[in-house]
Amino acid sequence: MPDDKRVAVLGAGMHEWGKWGRPFVEYGLAAARDALADAGLGWRDMQFISGADTIRNGYPGFVSGATFAQALGWTGARVSSVYAACASGAAAIANARAQILAGLCDVALVVGADTTPKGFFAPVGGERRDDPDWLRFHLMGATNPTYFALYARRRMDRFGATEEDFAQVKVKNARHGLANPYARYRKEVTVDEVLASPMVADPLRLLEICATSDGGAALVLSSLEFARRQGGGAPLVTIDAVSTVTPTFPNTVIEMPNFSTDSAAAFADGHDAGGAGFRPSIASAAYAEGGIGPEDVSLAEVYDLSSALELDWYEDIGLCGEGEAEKLLRDGETALGGRVPVNPSGGLSCFGEAIPAQAIAQVCECVWQLRGTAAGHQVDGARVAVTANQGLFGHGSSVLLSR
Amino acid sequence: MAAPARVPAVEGWFTTGDDGAAPALLGSRCEACGTIAFPAEASYCRNPDCASSAFETVELSRRGRIWSYTDARYQPPPPYVAADPYVPFCLAAVELAAEKLVVMGQVVDGVTVDDLTVGDEVELVVDTLYREDGCDYLVWKWRPLAGAGGGED
Repeated sequence: MPDDKRVAVLGAGMHEWGKWGRPFVEYGLAAARDALADAGLGWRDMQFISGADTIRNGYPGFVSGATFAQALGWTGARVSSVYAACASGAAAIANARAQILAGLCDVALVVGADTTPKGFFAPVGGERRDDPDWLRFHLMGATNPTYFALYARRRMDRFGATEEDFAQVKVKNARHGLANPYARYRKEVTVDEVLASPMVADPLRLLEICATSDGGAALVLSSLEFARRQGGGAPLVTIDAVSTVTPTFPNTVIEMPNFSTDSAAAFADGHDAGGAGFRPSIASAAYAEGGIGPEDVSLAEVYDLSSALELDWYEDIGLCGEGEAEKLLRDGETALGGRVPVNPSGGLSCFGEAIPAQAIAQVCECVWQLRGTAAGHQVDGARVAVTANQGLFGHGSSVLLSR
Repeated sequence: MAAPARVPAVEGWFTTGDDGAAPALLGSRCEACGTIAFPAEASYCRNPDCASSAFETVELSRRGRIWSYTDARYQPPPPYVAADPYVPFCLAAVELAAEKLVVMGQVVDGVTVDDLTVGDEVELVVDTLYREDGCDYLVWKWRPLAGAGGGED
């Protein structure tokens, strides 16, 4: 492995997020073509295609890399398809990056796209009494928002977060997304409107819980040497680190879709039930790998599955200490114009979640921010960006970019 | 009319208390390192430094303290079997001190989020999850202890 672990982002492309119910391949294809055009390259130039899988769209979704390759036209490119729940996009980026850094290819296409059902995410079909994701619905009726609500209530109890704080996250992100042409929801909301929306899982309300969306996102990645040969006018954006960490035992924070945490009983001390947990380790692995610290970060794209969860991420990615996220928000530091804007794209709040595309979309936004081309929602002078999310069943996802 | 048969909605996760003993969740304890797991592990220990595959079944503490809680205002999708009409219920994540783990479960009927506070003590009961084909399908639930809010009426 080379000392320089950076890869270049030559192209970024997205299909608008929405709810149309068309085949997911269409969204992925549109995003891929945009990314290729952005890179000034053709599909035949791609030596490797890395797909992020979707599990709600039949067999083609389980072999997404090949599905997209066939839709673009078979060229003999090498292929990988990977599923890591909400972290699938980062896993697909990691696979392409590894191929490039290993010298096995110079340039690769990464694609993720999804078509989602309406309403609560339910487990995929069939009676599966050995699958915790099936059982948590059957035995507890524990939908995704109920897990987000457990974290939200913890913040209120431990740090004095208020329902108004959570609403303010939504208000901020709605404002950020107004000018983003790829966002599904482009409408300002007020705190009063958020607090008047129906309670779904106390203390979280309808406008604070991310929807499920259709969408697609793609990236063209290359070695630094290939990028130099390629030239090009825009400032070169690089991916400096990709974290795909798993938890460490004992993982003592309750996580979807589990019934319980690991037990820390076999450890004499240093481990408490409900202690630090997995999330803080995700970005710190990226910082360590990239040799960049949270103090260097100009902007962050984090997984705001709920308004309250965005506050957890402020602490988990090192923007502030534990219990300080509400102050950061209230001081306007995470809004556009603040010290470190979070979710300048509008976040999941404005997009809804298109699972395998979402982590790739986070990176697309960072690329445009670092190039200075995020019209209407640009972070001035952005130099370093970080993404963070967490996939079901223990998938960390954090990508660190710079220019 | 005969009382409906009482059938656990999942096998081997809890005792029903039908034998007169207090109901309890059933976990596993690794015979090598002592790690406890719920639901029980049968084939591997979650401790990365332990390769044991020998476990004993243990009853978990029947009482714990609320780590966090919420409710489900809208009817969850299948495979949840909801009553008709749907009645919202609370969920609690409960910290068991001895086992050093947090375990989730529904809260008994009649309790709302206004009755709950982080840190409240709760105890495990076995209650009907749903009724189907003349059977009561049973699950574990958490019941606030007297003085901790809630109540059974």
